[in-house]
Amino acid sequence: MTLAAPSYDDVLARYAPVIGLETHVELGTASKMFCGCPTEFGAEPNTQVCPVCLGLPGALPVANAAAIEATIRIGLALHCSIASWCRFARKNYFYPDMPKNFQISQYDEPLCTDGWVDVLLSGDTYRIEIERVHLEEDTGKSLHVGGATGRIHGATHSLVDYNRAGIPLVEIVTKPVTGTGARAPEVARAYVTELRDILRALGVSDVRMEQGSLRCDVNTSLSPLDSPVWGTRTETKNVNSLRSVERAVRSEILRQSTVLDGGGRITQETRHFHENTGQSTPGRSKEEATDYRYFPEPDLVPLAPAEEWIGQLRGTLPELPSARRARLQEAWGMSAPEMAAANAGALDLIEATVAAGAPPEDARKWWLGELSRRANEAGEELAALAVTPTQVAELVRLVASGAINDKLARQALDGVLAGEGDPGAVVEARGLAVVSDSGALTVAVDAAIAAAPEVAEKIRAGKVAAAGALVGAVMKATRGQADAQRVRDLILERLT
Amino acid sequence: MSDLVRLDAASLAAEIAAGNASAVEVAEAHLDRIAATDDRVHAFLHVDADGALTAARAVDERRSRGEELGPLAGVPLAMKDVVVTRGLPSTSGSKILAGWRPPYDATVSARVKAAGIVMLGKTNMDEFAMGSSTENSAYGATHNPWDLSRVPGGSSGGSSAAVAAYQAPFGIGTDTGGSIRQPAAVTGLVGHKPTYGGVSRYGLIAFSSSLDQAGPLTRTVLDAALLHEAIGGHDPADSTSIDAPLPALVTAARDGARADLSGLRVGIVRELSGEGYEPGVLAGFAAAVTLLTGLGATVTEVSCAHFGYALPAYYLIAPSECSSNLARFDAVRYGLRVGDDGVRGLEEVMSLTREAGFGAEVKRRVILGTYALSSGYYDAYYGQAQKVRTLISRDFAAAFADCDVLVSPTTPTVAFPLGARVDDPMAMYAADLCTLPASLAGTPAISVPCGLSDGLPVGLQIMAPAQADDRCYRVAAAVETAVAGRDGRPILAAAPPV
Ligand SMILES: [Zn+2]
Repeated sequence: MTLAAPSYDDVLARYAPVIGLETHVELGTASKMFCGCPTEFGAEPNTQVCPVCLGLPGALPVANAAAIEATIRIGLALHCSIASWCRFARKNYFYPDMPKNFQISQYDEPLCTDGWVDVLLSGDTYRIEIERVHLEEDTGKSLHVGGATGRIHGATHSLVDYNRAGIPLVEIVTKPVTGTGARAPEVARAYVTELRDILRALGVSDVRMEQGSLRCDVNTSLSPLDSPVWGTRTETKNVNSLRSVERAVRSEILRQSTVLDGGGRITQETRHFHENTGQSTPGRSKEEATDYRYFPEPDLVPLAPAEEWIGQLRGTLPELPSARRARLQEAWGMSAPEMAAANAGALDLIEATVAAGAPPEDARKWWLGELSRRANEAGEELAALAVTPTQVAELVRLVASGAINDKLARQALDGVLAGEGDPGAVVEARGLAVVSDSGALTVAVDAAIAAAPEVAEKIRAGKVAAAGALVGAVMKATRGQADAQRVRDLILERLT
Repeated sequence: MSDLVRLDAASLAAEIAAGNASAVEVAEAHLDRIAATDDRVHAFLHVDADGALTAARAVDERRSRGEELGPLAGVPLAMKDVVVTRGLPSTSGSKILAGWRPPYDATVSARVKAAGIVMLGKTNMDEFAMGSSTENSAYGATHNPWDLSRVPGGSSGGSSAAVAAYQAPFGIGTDTGGSIRQPAAVTGLVGHKPTYGGVSRYGLIAFSSSLDQAGPLTRTVLDAALLHEAIGGHDPADSTSIDAPLPALVTAARDGARADLSGLRVGIVRELSGEGYEPGVLAGFAAAVTLLTGLGATVTEVSCAHFGYALPAYYLIAPSECSSNLARFDAVRYGLRVGDDGVRGLEEVMSLTREAGFGAEVKRRVILGTYALSSGYYDAYYGQAQKVRTLISRDFAAAFADCDVLVSPTTPTVAFPLGARVDDPMAMYAADLCTLPASLAGTPAISVPCGLSDGLPVGLQIMAPAQADDRCYRVAAAVETAVAGRDGRPILAAAPPV
């Protein structure tokens, strides 16, 4: 007999999870961290390289001031203290996608420390404390050829692309997050979402998880509810979407509880998350972890951002997502749950639609309703839909003027998304205008009355509510291209 | 031997500028000299005759068009192989870089070329600049032109031997713990280690990043100042480069040659003498101090209590940094690759390559440094060594409060016989005893010939505060003048013909 795996709720009734997140953000600077090479994504392999980022003998790094500035701005947005003096450090380990076999990073002197960010989860606020924000260089990318899975085991050879080597990378590390209980997976996701929105508002990165410009490692541990000590933690890597952040925490909680329930011990290890199965497999165990032999990078001078400069950078901070949400919620009269459903991307689109002339409630209805639904179906970001805020505002105008109704507007949207042009043009080309010609409508109304004499009788007897059935019949006959209110008026005109 | 090769760099430049000799004739004379002597000296790893003649022709053409030429245009130079040169072998004396042709120029190389200086080729060195005799080269030892059975010093022994053997009027060396000054001392040359940050490190194949500096190896103090001015000054490609103009080095050298040091306060470092120093070296040093007094300087003794810890501190810091700097030699992108048979994995190919590509001394230091940086040992070794470094800097600061320059012998002994110390690393390391403090403090120091001991040259080291390299040149030029006056000829003129 096999025991059924315990349910998630059952597990959380007995165990308390502690989570921690390490997020890597590729900065969107024009040039790399320590050389002048460009940083564009998707170039031919090894075309954006030079002696410095290839680690050629003799080449030396020069720190990119724009990257330091961006890191300080991130630190400020996360309410961190900014170090008045700190150094880069070398993290030594051998790996072929790392040209120098050491990574220039920061060790015990990070640029930003001790911050926080509040995340909102259906009305509840969770404060996530930030341990540190530091700056480092990205590695190249290895492509393992000949194996079944694209992983190094079983591959016949490997190819390395150094275009990514040396792209500035900011690492944001939270302190352990406790007290979230069953909501740990949602909190993790909400934190990464909030962080992404902050980074986007700062304009420091394009924060695209699918392209790896935002990457997340999730630490999870579990301890019995009454235990004063935390359990052994694991680190799950390769978590490549917001949804996976949530799934990774949840699956790790379930996995660890199964081990613990069986009397086993959690191994401190790195685990690899699989997007397709939603499960993780063990990677490197921490017991055999590398000694990185950190020491201060002698090729670079210490960073000593002046107080005055930090003050200036504080002045350049944009309105941050939480403040903006509060302002827009007030201005647009949105409810808290509605607001929570709108990420920064959606707010941008709604704001632009309002700016293009649509009333806030209509703009909101379209983007959070119909358009969100379509984006979800397509598995895309809202902003990736082939419709602009200006086009949505035009749709809203066409409906308000009575030229089309909601149903026709959705058909017009189909046309816009299919690339047939602006809403007005689509309405014209597809012949979607409301049938307002009284002659044609009268014919349809008369036909509907004739086809349902018993309904007509009820209306004549005073049961006006029965008109709905006739309106439906007319709408069907006109394939929705009639103004329902006008149809109703015509029916009542004839029968009362 | 052509008379042209006997001329120092400043004189050659004057001859070329006056039209008395073409740059091509000068280059050919030196190439001939190399061809005639290098089978015995083995100063060069790679002679670039075509490149040198092409560069010389370009100088002659510019001159014939009436263009203004730099003060060293057309003068040939010997370049240490640690300096990356575009398209030319740059092995740093190691098998692991055999066959690598760099796609770029070091800043030093670029500035040498821009000055119209004609690079003759790349000179031998201890592998990755780790050594004091050039015997650690993977390509065979270099011989001291004064006595072919002795070492030319190291690690810049190829450049020192080339200049002392009249194969080149001057050369570039690099100095991490004494690798310019010690070879200069044992071959009768002038060698200057600039203030750390005074000459760009961009394109020097790194040994120890916080210590490495390139500088001149020459037959006269004036030549050293001229070459230093040509290669030195701020370079945005090196973050540790000083963003300030160089002091007026050539002016200081010309000023010093007037042999008047009235009012100069000279400190003799007590800790850099005594046991382990050859009597002949100490006698040469004492004679130099007499000369300084005669030049009008006030000489006192000073104590730098922590200089005795320089050697252990150096042998923790330099190996630590080198263990990281040399990690990039992994067979993946350039240089040697051993054991890549399509069956062996990456890690095995990496370790077979490093096993075959690095010599014993390099391995010794990589292992030392890896250990010193390990977690649990870092504070006791690397951390402690950095504290010693601070104490040595403070010793210098205290001494410079009372003295304008400090002096010592450059080396405890004259050139030692080939093979004498290869099996005794501690004896080999002791060759740098006097030069290490200035390396650790990042301060400038020059070695100038001051006498002979049993027919072999002895060097005087003159140390100055950071960014006061001009003091080194001024005092060295005065000593040079006084020595020539005392002996009736420069020290190098005593060298037997090769
Ligand atoms: Zn680059």
